[in-house]
Amino acid sequence: MELYLIIILILMILGSIYSLNASDLLSAVISYGIVGFGLVIAFLLLQAPDLAIVQVVIEVVTLVIMIAAIKNTQSKIPKMEFKPKIAIYYAITLMVALIFVLIFDRVTGCLSQFGADTMRMAQPYIDGAADTKSANLVTGVVLDFRAYDTLGEATVLFTAVIGVLTILRIKGKKDK
Amino acid sequence: MIIYLLCFILFLVGLYGVISKRNLIKIIISIAIMEYSINLFFILIGYVEGGTAPIITKGFENAKFVDPLPQAMILTSIVIGLATTALLLAVAIRIYQKYGTFDINKIKDLKG
Repeated sequence: MELYLIIILILMILGSIYSLNASDLLSAVISYGIVGFGLVIAFLLLQAPDLAIVQVVIEVVTLVIMIAAIKNTQSKIPKMEFKPKIAIYYAITLMVALIFVLIFDRVTGCLSQFGADTMRMAQPYIDGAADTKSANLVTGVVLDFRAYDTLGEATVLFTAVIGVLTILRIKGKKDK
Repeated sequence: MIIYLLCFILFLVGLYGVISKRNLIKIIISIAIMEYSINLFFILIGYVEGGTAPIITKGFENAKFVDPLPQAMILTSIVIGLATTALLLAVAIRIYQKYGTFDINKIKDLKG
């Protein structure tokens, strides 16, 4: 179980690195799909089917929007020529990343072990599940206990749609 | 704990992309990757060994469930992530229509 997750995560990391270093945008977008769909499988393995369903839909929609954005563009990316200076930058980047990883390792040491039973926060929600009359605890939390959060989410989504429509409107105000 | 570390490395890959890449689409991809890694980290924290999906069905009334609270949070977070990505891509499309390139260095030069 944990081994499967590690394999999928390594695949996702490789896909994201290739996506960032690809020389044309279409292959960058496609290999970004590896990360999203790997996340779907990880959610399924972690017993979160609701999230997996939502993530599939979101991933497909994101890929379609991205391909629409780069469809008619000149998508080749010029390669950076290698200079000795760049090697120093890479070394600094790796060192900073290593420091970040070490700090993160210390910080997650304070968390409980992966797979430990830490239901202290969730226990009231599970006990109150009978009141919501919902068989699915996740939808019970989203639509009953935390309905105001969902209202806020709907507001953000509405605002984003209005923003996209405003930005992409063909007819704009003409400059004088 | 190695699984938390791999999740964080995915985040760092996204951070590297945001800082070092010059193409607008690649910057948007990096932001999306960072967001995915954070979503995954929350679900990893909520996982319980041997737990089932938090859905009460016949015969599973008192089964061991995984934590439903992070899942509910991340459900909101995923949808908001789509909204922000779509907004960023709309801005990128507009920039391409105006300047004819996704390269942020060239856009900076053209602006003057």
